[in-house]
Amino acid sequence: MTDPTNSNTDAAAPMAARSSMPGREPSSLFRFEYAPALESTAVVSLQPSYGLFIGGRFVKPKNGGSFVTINPATEAPLAQIALADEADVDAAVRAARRAFRSWSALAGKERAKYLYRIARVLQERGREFAVLESMNGGKPIKESRDVDIPLAAAHFFHYAGWADKLEYAFAGRTPQPLGVAGQVIPWNFPLLMAAWKLAPALACGNTVVLKPAETTPLTALLLAEVMQEIDLPPGVVNIITGAGATGAALVGHKGIDKVAFTGSTAVGKQIQSAIAGSGKRLTLELGGKAANIIFEDAAIDQAVEGIVNGIYFNQGHVCCAGSRLLVQESVAELVVSRLLRRIETLRVGDPLDKNTDVGAINSQAQLDKIRCLVQAGVAEGATLHQSAWPLPDKGYFFAPTVFTDVAQSHRIAREEIFGPVLSVLTFRTPDEAVQKANNTPYGLSAGIWSEKSSRVLWMAEKLRAGVVWANTFNRFDPTSPFGGYKESGFGREGGRHGLAAYCQFAEDQAGAST
Amino acid sequence: MLGGLVTHAGEALGNEQMVDDRDEPVAHLPVGSITVMAALVARSNPPDWVRAFAAGAVRIPAVDAVGLEARAAALTGRSIKKASKIAALRLAIECMDLTTLEGTDTPGKVRAMCAKAVQPDPRDASIPSVAAVCVYPELVAIAKHSLQGSGVKVASVAGAFPSGLGPLPTRLDEIRRAIDAGADEIDIVLNRSAFLAGDLARAFDDIAASKLACGAAHLKVILEAGELGTYDNVRRASMLAMAAGGDFIKTSTGKIGVNATPPFALLMSEAIRDHFEQTGVKVGLKLAGGIRTAKQSWQYLVIVNETLGPDWLTPHLFRLGASSLLNDVLMQLRMQATGLYQRPDDFTVD
Amino acid sequence: MSIDVRKTYKLYVNGAFPRSESGRTYPVNNSRGRLVANAVLGSRKDLRDAVIAARAAQNGWAKRSAYNRAQILYRVAEVMQGRREQFITELRHGVSAAAAEREVDATIDRWVWYAGWADKFAQITGASNPVDGPYFNFTVPEPVGVVGVVCPDDAPLLAFVSRVAPCIVSGNTCVVLASERWPLASVTLGEALATSDVPGGVVNILTGRRAEIVPWMAGHADIDTIDLTGCAGDRALVVTAEQAAAASVSRVVHATPREAQWANESSQSPYTIGSFVEYKTVWHPKGP
Repeated sequence: MTDPTNSNTDAAAPMAARSSMPGREPSSLFRFEYAPALESTAVVSLQPSYGLFIGGRFVKPKNGGSFVTINPATEAPLAQIALADEADVDAAVRAARRAFRSWSALAGKERAKYLYRIARVLQERGREFAVLESMNGGKPIKESRDVDIPLAAAHFFHYAGWADKLEYAFAGRTPQPLGVAGQVIPWNFPLLMAAWKLAPALACGNTVVLKPAETTPLTALLLAEVMQEIDLPPGVVNIITGAGATGAALVGHKGIDKVAFTGSTAVGKQIQSAIAGSGKRLTLELGGKAANIIFEDAAIDQAVEGIVNGIYFNQGHVCCAGSRLLVQESVAELVVSRLLRRIETLRVGDPLDKNTDVGAINSQAQLDKIRCLVQAGVAEGATLHQSAWPLPDKGYFFAPTVFTDVAQSHRIAREEIFGPVLSVLTFRTPDEAVQKANNTPYGLSAGIWSEKSSRVLWMAEKLRAGVVWANTFNRFDPTSPFGGYKESGFGREGGRHGLAAYCQFAEDQAGAST
Repeated sequence: MLGGLVTHAGEALGNEQMVDDRDEPVAHLPVGSITVMAALVARSNPPDWVRAFAAGAVRIPAVDAVGLEARAAALTGRSIKKASKIAALRLAIECMDLTTLEGTDTPGKVRAMCAKAVQPDPRDASIPSVAAVCVYPELVAIAKHSLQGSGVKVASVAGAFPSGLGPLPTRLDEIRRAIDAGADEIDIVLNRSAFLAGDLARAFDDIAASKLACGAAHLKVILEAGELGTYDNVRRASMLAMAAGGDFIKTSTGKIGVNATPPFALLMSEAIRDHFEQTGVKVGLKLAGGIRTAKQSWQYLVIVNETLGPDWLTPHLFRLGASSLLNDVLMQLRMQATGLYQRPDDFTVD
Repeated sequence: MSIDVRKTYKLYVNGAFPRSESGRTYPVNNSRGRLVANAVLGSRKDLRDAVIAARAAQNGWAKRSAYNRAQILYRVAEVMQGRREQFITELRHGVSAAAAEREVDATIDRWVWYAGWADKFAQITGASNPVDGPYFNFTVPEPVGVVGVVCPDDAPLLAFVSRVAPCIVSGNTCVVLASERWPLASVTLGEALATSDVPGGVVNILTGRRAEIVPWMAGHADIDTIDLTGCAGDRALVVTAEQAAAASVSRVVHATPREAQWANESSQSPYTIGSFVEYKTVWHPKGP
C-alpha cells in the first residue's frame, strides 16, 4: 500500500471506494485535456529584498535580520524579507503613535477619501496583487483573482463609507478611535485579512502596526507601496514582517491600545493570556472545525458543490472550512459517492494555471502537519479516499482527501487540519446533527443543506457558530459580520458590527475621573 | 383508479387512437411525487428501469438555483487554450446539429445548408462534417437527398413543433411521416401544457407514444427549459422524458427568449448522470438555441466533460443545435491555425 | 414580646438554597463592625455545582420567547417591590436609611428597565446585511451562554442587578458571586427570584471570597463570559482572572466607568446587554 500521506509520490493513492465517471471505458474516447492556461507573472515586479514599512518609508531592520520568502508551488525563493525585532516593533509603534494625533483628528470624510483611494488602487492593480498572492501563498489564481483581491477592495470601499458616518453606527453613543492597533494576520488570505483588519481600524481613526504572516508577506508589502501611492500620511499604517517573536513583541508592546489577531486558537490563547490585565482591547478570530450538515432532502448536487467549496477552497486553509461533513445516514452513500467522483475532477497543480482548482499547500510545515493528521486518521481506522489527480513533482501539494468511517472521537474529527482533508460522519435526526455539530470547542461556522426552510431556520438557531451558511458555504462579504463563538474567538469583522472592535465611546468614560 | 389507468394506458400505447380518451387523469398529484411515478408505471407496462424510477429508487432531488448557477459559472470560467481549444472546436462541429427552422425555409435553403454540413469549410478539407441537419418535416426528403452518402444525419422536428399542442394522433402521424421521408432523428417537444398543469402522466404518455412512433429513429425530447419556470421543473421534466423513453433530452426550441444556458446544461447533465446510475441507460444531451460563439461551445463541452465525463463527448450522446455557430467555430479554428484574426466574409454564408 | 426568627443566609443554586458543601461561613458585620449574620463562604465546588445548574438551565431559558422572558423578569420586579422593606433593612447595615431606600427603589426600576429590553434588543442590534450576491443575510444577537458575574461591594444590590439583569435578559444564565462585604441583600434577591417565575438555575448566587472563587470562575471552561466588574481595584486578581480566562478563550467583561455609576440612571444601557451576547450571521440563497 502506498503511503497515503505522501501525496507527492503517486497518482494511485489508495482509494477503497474510488468512483469513475459513468460508463467510463478504456477506449479511444475523446479526452478533453485542458492545455496549461498560465497567468502571466510579468505584471509583478519583485524586488530582491524588502524592508519594513515604518513611518511611510521602507526602512532596514535595526539589526539587519532577514528571512527568505518562497513560492510554495515551486519552492523557489522570491525575495529577502526584513525580520523585525523588538526595536523595530518599537519604532513602528512610535510611528503609529505619532501619526495618531493628526489621523484621528482628520475629518471622517477625509479619512474616507484615503480608504476609497486604496479600494480603487486595489481594483486597478488587482491582477498584480492576485498573481503575487498566488505566487507567495500557493492559492489558485482564480481564487486570488475572483475572491481575495476583489473582496479586499470591497472591504476598503465599504469601510471608507463608514468613516464619515460613524455617529450613526452606535445609537446614543459617540464613537472615538482607540489609538494604535497592533494587528497580526495569517497566511491563508494574506491581503484579504490585511483589508479586514486595516479598513475598519482606519475608518474609525486608529493608526495601525500590521504584521503579515511569515510565509506570505509580499502582498502586504505591495499594499504598503499602495499606501505610498495614495499619499496616506506617514505612520498611519506600518507594516512589519517577521515570525512569531515579532508578533509577540507587537501585541506585548505597551504603546498599543488594541490587539487584533487572526490565526490559530493556540496562539490566540497565548495572546489573550499575555495581555491579561493590560487593558488592551482584544479581538480574536481563531480556528474552527465546522460541521457541514447535509439533510436527506437537500439539493444534493449543490450540496456536493458546497462540500467541495467548503473544504477544498484555498486548499482547506480556511478557518471556517467545512471540515466535518455530517450527512444524514439515509443519503450518506449517495452523497459520498457523488463527492468521491467530484474530487476526481478537481484540478490540483500550478496555482498560476487559471484552471487549477486546488493549489499548493502554503508551507512545508503545514504540509507536514496535514500528513501527520492524515496518518492519524488512517491509524485510528478511518477509511481514506484521495483524488488520483497527479501532483506536481516540486512544491508542496496534497491530494484532495476524504475520510469515511470517521467517529466523533477521532482526531481528524476534532482537530483543525487546515488542509484539503474532509472527515465524513453520519447522523439520523436533526437533534443528533445539532448535538454532533456543537460537540466541539470551536464555534466559527456551520453549514446546513436542506430544502425545508423551517428546518433550516431551526438548525441555524441551534448551531453554536458565528456564521451559518444555509445552502451555501464559504461566502464572505464586507457587510456581513464574521467571527466565532467559543474557542473560535470573539469580536466581529465586517459590517456595522465590525466597527465596534475599533471604537471606544465618550459616554463610557463619563465619571471615570470625576 | 390505478386499475383504470392500467387498462387505458395499455390501450393508449397499443392503439394510439385511444390516448386522448382517458377518463381518469392523474392531474392533481404533486409534480415529481413518487405516487405519480407509481401511476406511470402502472399504466405503461414499463421496463424495469421505469419500475425502479416509480418505486422511489430514483430520487428527484431539489435544485438550488443559486448554487447551480454558481457551479455553472465556475465551469464556464475554465480557460481553454491552444491544443485543447482546437480539439474542442473540432468536436463541437462533429456534435453539431446544423439547423434551420423557419417558416421561410425552402428546398434551396436546405440544400445549401446540407452542403455546408458536409463540408463546413471549402478551404480546409480536414474540418469534419457536422452530426446532423435539423429541419421541418416538409424538408426532410430534400435534406436526405442532399446528404446521401455523407454520413450526416437528418433530424426533423415533429409533433406540432414548437408548442406541441396539436392533437396527439396528428403529432404521432407527423413523426411517422418525417421518418418515412428519411429522418434519422426526431425532435419533439415536451407537452408543457400537461406538465405545468400537473398531469405528468399525460406528458409521459405523449413521449412514450412518440417513442413508439419513432421506431428505430432517435427521439430527442425538447423540454423548452426556459418555459418551465424553475430548475426543479427542468430536473423533473428531464427525469420524466428519460423515463418515458427519450434518447436525448434537449433544452430548447430556439423559439423563445431563454434558450440553452450553462445552468440548464449542467442540470440536465446531472439528470442524465442520475438516470444512468439508476438504469444503466445513457441518454444524450442536446443544447439548442442562442449558441452562437465558439466560446459558448467549448464552455458547454467543459460542462459535459466535468459532469458526465468523456463518454458523453461524442455525437452519439451530445449535440449542439445551432444555425449561426458553425462559422464562428470555423473562424476560431482558422485563427488557431494561422495565428491571425479572421473576417466573416471569408466564411460561407449558406 | 415575641422573639425574632432570624434568617439563615444561604446560597441560591439551581432554584434551591443549599449551604456550602464546604460547611464554611464567614461573618458579615455592619458598618460599625457589629456582626449581623453569617454568610456562606462558598467554595470552588459550590461554583462547580452552580455552573452545572446554569448550563442545564440555559437552553430552556434562551428558548423562551422574548415576550415571555420580559414578563418573567417584570414579575421579579413585582416580587422585589413586595420585599422592599427587607432589602432596605439589609442595606442599612452599610448605609443610611435614605440611601438604602434610594438604592432599593433604583434597583427595582433598573430591573424593570432591563426587563423591557427582552423583545427590543435584537431589533436595535441585529441587521439585515445587503451582501453582494443573491443571498438573504441577517445578523442576530444570541446569548453567549453561561456568564460568571463578580459583583462589587459598592451599591451591593443595585450593582448586582445592574449586571445580572442585562446578562439574563437575552437568555443567558449566570453564576453570580455577590458582594463579598455586603452579601445579604443579594441572598434575599435570590429568594425573590425563587418566588417569581424565573426557572431554577437561571441565576445562581454564591457568597464568599473573591480571591478564592474568581480564579476558578475565570478558568472554568464552561463559563463563556466572565464579568470582572467586582474585581476593579484588585489588579493582581484581574491579571490572574484574565489569564485563566484565556485557557478556554472566555470573554472578559468589565463595567465601564459610566456603567459603574450605579445610582445614575444613565449607567443603564442596551450596550450592557450587548456585553453578554454573540452575533450570529446567517446566509441563505434566494432563488426561484
